[in-house]
Amino acid sequence: MFKSAQAVVELVKMILISGRSLEQGLGKEASKFSKRYIDATTICQIDPEDMRKLNINEGGNVRISSQYGSVVAKAVKSKYAPHPGVIFMAYGPWVNSLTSPETHGTGMPSFKGLEVEVEPVEVVERSQKEG
Amino acid sequence: MNVIKNVLCPFCGCCCDDLEVEVDSNRIVNVRNACALGRGKFLSLGEHRLLKPLVRVNGELVETDLDKAIEKTVEMIKDSSYPVFYGFGCTSCEAIKLCLEMADLSGGIADNISVVCHGPTILGLQDMGIPSATLGQVRHRADLIVYWGCNPVEAHPRHMLRYGPLSNGRFVAGRKNRKIVVVDVRRTSTAAMADVFIQVKPNSDFEVLTALRVLVNDLDLEIEEVGGVPVEKLEELADMMVNAKFGALFFGLGLTMSYGKEHNVEAAIALVRDLNKKTKFVMIPMRGHFNVTGANEVFTWQTGYPFCVDFSMGYPRYNPGETSAIDVMARGDCDLLFVVGADPCSHLPRYIVERLKNVKLIVLDPAITPTVKMADVAIPVAYVGIEADGTAYRMDGVPLRLKKIVDPPPGILSDVNVLNQILRRLK
Amino acid sequence: MCGKILIKNGFVFDPMNGIDGEVMDIAVENGKIVEDVKGADVKVIDTTGMVVMPGGVDVHSHIAGSKVNSGRALRPEDHYRDYEPRKPGLRSGVGHTVPSTFVIGYRYARMGYTTVMEPATPMLKQRHTIEELNDIPIVDKASFPLVGDCWFVMEYLEKSMFKECAAYLAWLLKALKGYALKIVNPGGLESWGWGGNVRSIDDSIPNFNLTPREILRGLCKVNKMLNIPHPIHVHANRLGQPGNYKTLIETMDCVRDLYDGYKPIIYLTHCQFNSYAGESWIELTSGAPEVANYVNKHPHVVIDIGQVIFSNATTMTADGPFQFQLHLLTDYKWVNADVECETSAGIVPFRYKKRNYVHAIQWITGLELALMIKDPWRVFLTTDHPNAGPFTEYPRVVGWLISRKAREATMKKVNARALKRTMLDSIDREYSLYEIAIVTRAGTANILGLKSKGHLGVGVDADIAIYDFNPRIIDLSRDYKLVRKAFRRAKYTIKSGEIVCVNGEVVKSIEGSIFWVNPSISHDLEDAVVSDIRGRFRDYYTIEFDSYIIDESFLINSRPIQVKGGV
Repeated sequence: MFKSAQAVVELVKMILISGRSLEQGLGKEASKFSKRYIDATTICQIDPEDMRKLNINEGGNVRISSQYGSVVAKAVKSKYAPHPGVIFMAYGPWVNSLTSPETHGTGMPSFKGLEVEVEPVEVVERSQKEG
Repeated sequence: MNVIKNVLCPFCGCCCDDLEVEVDSNRIVNVRNACALGRGKFLSLGEHRLLKPLVRVNGELVETDLDKAIEKTVEMIKDSSYPVFYGFGCTSCEAIKLCLEMADLSGGIADNISVVCHGPTILGLQDMGIPSATLGQVRHRADLIVYWGCNPVEAHPRHMLRYGPLSNGRFVAGRKNRKIVVVDVRRTSTAAMADVFIQVKPNSDFEVLTALRVLVNDLDLEIEEVGGVPVEKLEELADMMVNAKFGALFFGLGLTMSYGKEHNVEAAIALVRDLNKKTKFVMIPMRGHFNVTGANEVFTWQTGYPFCVDFSMGYPRYNPGETSAIDVMARGDCDLLFVVGADPCSHLPRYIVERLKNVKLIVLDPAITPTVKMADVAIPVAYVGIEADGTAYRMDGVPLRLKKIVDPPPGILSDVNVLNQILRRLK
Repeated sequence: MCGKILIKNGFVFDPMNGIDGEVMDIAVENGKIVEDVKGADVKVIDTTGMVVMPGGVDVHSHIAGSKVNSGRALRPEDHYRDYEPRKPGLRSGVGHTVPSTFVIGYRYARMGYTTVMEPATPMLKQRHTIEELNDIPIVDKASFPLVGDCWFVMEYLEKSMFKECAAYLAWLLKALKGYALKIVNPGGLESWGWGGNVRSIDDSIPNFNLTPREILRGLCKVNKMLNIPHPIHVHANRLGQPGNYKTLIETMDCVRDLYDGYKPIIYLTHCQFNSYAGESWIELTSGAPEVANYVNKHPHVVIDIGQVIFSNATTMTADGPFQFQLHLLTDYKWVNADVECETSAGIVPFRYKKRNYVHAIQWITGLELALMIKDPWRVFLTTDHPNAGPFTEYPRVVGWLISRKAREATMKKVNARALKRTMLDSIDREYSLYEIAIVTRAGTANILGLKSKGHLGVGVDADIAIYDFNPRIIDLSRDYKLVRKAFRRAKYTIKSGEIVCVNGEVVKSIEGSIFWVNPSISHDLEDAVVSDIRGRFRDYYTIEFDSYIIDESFLINSRPIQVKGGV
């Protein structure tokens, strides 16, 4: 094991689940360009223990990367903890930067259970022209 | 002011038909009996409504009239060599039939959004069959209800009340006479209501289901833990299942989307099938959209296959993985994508959306979505179930009738009307 | 609309009007059969040396609805090798045992069939059945709602409230656009709601104070009270069990005293599956002689045979418990689809093999029934499609019925032990063409009460089938292969006065109609019963009362048959 200093930013392997959330469901019927939808689909829910280990504050940004791309999302404490090593994002264009087109011969891409790497990034003011 | 009763909610696969909608001068002012999702749909008919047909001219979307948009659409379909007709989760059976005829005529692919939802369930049942029932059987008889890989509190909010453990049945009166088991990777709001919550490690449902099957068949498991679940917990669940008078398994995308996909569903089917040797057990998939089930039904009776249908040889061919819209798009094989009742640019992996850059994109939608923004032709249509009527199928295959509650904005027609016009010119 | 046609000089077989191969002309105008047609615009079809019959009327074939569609979805392997390409004016589709909707219409039309009955539709999903029927081209259709284990019905019958039950069913047929009352494994389906079944017609039904016998008798009474044209259509208890012929006869007998001498009061369907003797699978043999004996002596009963074809099949019935048993026996994939408050359904793929002892007995049983029952007006040709075989094999069954030689050719290949233990080999009887016309069209239309079908009298629908063989020259018995071929591909099929098929190919696709029965009853009684049902509906179903009802405008070409109910 290499020596790790306390405040080093680590690239942590996690499992990504994308799925429905109530807010995303309410947002999508309002509009895919509504604040409600964008807010719902640009956050990721992380186990509070994992957030602590990763040195992320509530509302802090993380970069999530998969084989197919990466996205920056706002981290919030999951109300459904404990689920160490599992990160959840609601369906939408943002999480789909990460999901896999591999259907394993079924037609179904891979939306859940994907291997991703997560790292905190500098807190940046979100651009007003998002979306 | 007018109250319209017996309104079918056009949101999720629950298809609640007891909604009451108050209308005042063609405006919806209130909705009763709906959950937050249904209510939200009725009361917020699109902040970003598509009001005029659009065509892409020199890279920009410009407004046009319906006739020109239809003309352009027909021209594009006629010019295409391998068009894909996709969507159909959020529209009526009547619209779906018209698109199937278009796909048949133009030698393209017809596919529906079940390919990204319960497609693996269909693959599973084609291998194994499925022991199922309508939702009322569960309400009246089930003393054990298992929710596996789904979160009805957030995705099907009235499910537990109307069909599940909180409902009142003829033989089982209410919550206290039933046990709820929830199996998921996170302790969701649904899990919070369970008598037993089993947390599985992501991508391990196949192993856990198989382990349960071993136990249900009175064989021994010589390990301590499966998929993050201690075997004692699985033994407890197996006992609950075998000793239930009538058990029901509701399962969702946690099974179909995780690693293993259709094999996860097959493992669940095998388990429920084996349980039927000892007691009565059924399983019902939690369908996400209000007419994705209808899409499967119409596809099946008209073409023989529930999704992934390829007409390019002049007759229906079926080979998910080859003829699925997703794989066709991913391989860059299609040259036209015709979308009705879906928003693939939001919901498909970006890798696939990027491959649509060189694909002609035609979309019929009431609202401005990312797919509309990428389209070459976008035609506004009425909201099905609110501004246009039609037939839809509930998650358990019960057919119901969507109502027209209010008129769409002037100039906006139903998708059935627009599709009829396109089809007429194609023939 | 449609023009004038003169079908000249053919050998006409029209049993309802007593015509047995006479050379006659048949005239058609505006979709109906007329006395004569004149004028330069008459299309003349020269049918010299050919057989002219009314269009086929199939009394029992699973073609539409929830379980049929589940069967289609279940079996992509059924469709891969059997498909119909798109043609101008015709849609593409697939076969084989569970064809897609367009293909069903085309293939029936090719055989000269023009009317088909869907015999088992779950009421809660009736709208699905109607949607599929709408999509089946050319042929006219109707459907039979499954009422035997419906909670409302059982509650009325428990209390002997026959009038109220009749009123409820009158409303039901009207609301759902149904044609006749269907009963499947009475009591067994409600038992299957708990994973059980019934073992006899006097068995008890969990939570209901009622026996299958009482369901059968009650519904028989109600059917007569409402003057519904078709008798109760019954799939008996204990289907598929060795020794079940006894239950079949008990079922037939349990309503005997209700017979008024007028017309049959109980229809037992696919009796082959219910006519087994022997106490186990090893001892299985045909119970057809006993069943035939009973039917011959008792005019209140009418049956269809459900003949086995040695090919692929897809078993699909509302008999949930039977279908599960079949799955356990064969280990083939199994779909179960219970319907709340009403019925169940099950689907299991199957294949009948000549060398298999049990399958051979099944094949023998169906033919014995057809050959031992003397009155062709009371025994009809079906394969319970797709349970015993696909409907496209009807001509093969015709071959077996008209020709002992045809039977011998198949008997040579079937399990010899099965032949030794049964009587088929000793039966010489051969059906005449007249009798074939009865068991495939005249008799079936008659028992259905479809007055505008099944014959060629003036005023009826011009549904006509012309087959290319000469009955004066051909020896039916010797040249059965020729006859079979002719029945496979009609020379002409005319539907509603339109020529839809020529030389076995569909040349025109038209829309068929959907028949349903509308019994009118006393308004007060109807209002009282409907109000009662409406008030309780939410306690029973998971949909609203108003969602249950199907508007007539939902049907393509609705053809209601008004009857005056006697309540």
